[in-house]
Amino acid sequence: MFLKELHLQNFKSWSQAHFTFSPKLNAFVGLNGAGKTNLLDAIHYLSLTKSYFSNTDAQNILDGADFFSIDGTFHRKEKEERIHCALKKGQKKTLRKNKKEYEKLADHIGQYPSVVISPYDRDLITESSETRRRFMDTVLSQGHSQYLFHLMRYNKALQQRNRLLKYFAANHTFDALSLEALEVQMQEHAEPLYAMRQSFCDELQPKITYYYQFISLGREEASLTYKSQLHETRLRDLLQENLTKDKVNQYTGVGPHRDDLIFKLQEKSVRKFGSQGQQKSFLIALKLAQYDFIQKKLGITPILLLDDIFDKLDEDRVAKLIKLVHDEEFGQIFITDTHPERTRAMVREIDPQAQIFNVSEAS
Amino acid sequence: MEYSSKYLEKAVEEISGLPGIGKKTALRLALHLLREEESATQHLAQSLLDLKEKVKHCKSCGNISDSQLCDICAHPGRQKDLVCIVEDIRDVMAIENTGQYKGIYHVLGGLISPMDGIGPNDLNIEMLVNKVAEGQIHELIFGLSTTMEGETTAFYLFKRLADFKGKLSAIARGIAVGDQLEYADEVTLARSIVNRVPYEKSIEQNS
Repeated sequence: MFLKELHLQNFKSWSQAHFTFSPKLNAFVGLNGAGKTNLLDAIHYLSLTKSYFSNTDAQNILDGADFFSIDGTFHRKEKEERIHCALKKGQKKTLRKNKKEYEKLADHIGQYPSVVISPYDRDLITESSETRRRFMDTVLSQGHSQYLFHLMRYNKALQQRNRLLKYFAANHTFDALSLEALEVQMQEHAEPLYAMRQSFCDELQPKITYYYQFISLGREEASLTYKSQLHETRLRDLLQENLTKDKVNQYTGVGPHRDDLIFKLQEKSVRKFGSQGQQKSFLIALKLAQYDFIQKKLGITPILLLDDIFDKLDEDRVAKLIKLVHDEEFGQIFITDTHPERTRAMVREIDPQAQIFNVSEAS
Repeated sequence: MEYSSKYLEKAVEEISGLPGIGKKTALRLALHLLREEESATQHLAQSLLDLKEKVKHCKSCGNISDSQLCDICAHPGRQKDLVCIVEDIRDVMAIENTGQYKGIYHVLGGLISPMDGIGPNDLNIEMLVNKVAEGQIHELIFGLSTTMEGETTAFYLFKRLADFKGKLSAIARGIAVGDQLEYADEVTLARSIVNRVPYEKSIEQNS
């Protein structure tokens, strides 16, 4: 699967743009602020119907305009397929495949997968566990259709339980049976969530080690551990044990919504002890492992979006990385860089067919 | 918005209090009534008053009814020992339309949802518990939505009715009749595979 053509209107910094891509390696070069990353984001948008960077859809509309549209032509299973995504201010986002509107956006997810590697990924290391859970949830939702269902059901039951705890506190009452009815729901959906997260981490672990060693040229052992209160105790017992505390706090303090991922190098926390370069390498290894996971689960080769790849990595490592993703079983690749000469020299050596776009000229 | 008549303003205010109706739609409806014959508005107003004053709840099942006992509960041909538990009257109407059900209903009037401020005490549950305690029911069917709230409510009832000796069943969930497998959503398909039915039974149903 690859993206053949991309047409943008009023998307972020782009009022109008059109590109025709190489099925393998593509590079956007240009100065800071030229809109390179926004092009990667447009591709991500077509893939997952949302931006990788901004939280609300409306933020992606060019200042002063009242709509944006992204039009992509994909080559998939020997066929051309047109995906059209548009948003008009104050209206619902529309997504069309070959001019036919999707009934559910969820049906689109996983059809045209992509993986982003960006400097913003450092949030995965520095921010709270919520960021890492969201990462895990996004990847697993793409890989397993059942995951999202269980996640949504679990979250709903959790919200209901929290609301019930607040109600108990406000009215000085307690009803064990109402609570139990919700906990049974939580248990039912927490179990598959836990199992899928565990096997996700088990699958990613060896790949992270492999990619980390490849990028860092070193012998350091990178590892990923799944931290969960459910390792020892099943959810319903945890909830029972914690009930007194939950009643005081008026929210649920235990469960898979407290899960976390622990990143380590040589048994030491990457967040506390890793240098900037080590952290960067770790994140790239993590993302490449994610790439493998999605490819294996979906049987479709995702598009790889490498944003500002020279940031914090030296040229040798970048060249090694690009060569790795170009030569192994990776599909279409997009990279961004600020130095036209550096990129041209490196890209041409790896793939003479590669397309290089000078973004500052285009915009 | 400024209105040229305070009666119009009052009417718009009342109409826009209805769910799903905003100020503009309310104004459009009010102007329509103003244009119509007076008798039409009188009929409308009277039917609304009647709705509020004369509609009762069936003392047996809790469904909306004009008499003490609703038509379904009062019908001699209905199997009184078979009770289908549903959320509200819309579900009763939907099941009745199939013409396949010969038992009676029990209408809860909602589902347990703390987020919406609905607890077990807000639902028509005591009446069901009492009815079950009388010992006349042979089978209870959970005819509830397969949402989180539906499942929670079903479990709550299951626990409350722990003493019930008869059969307890739930409506089947799975592939919709006439659906092609490849278009079924995966969660439903997965459940249908896990809860598959003996083939003899499925022939009976189709013939």
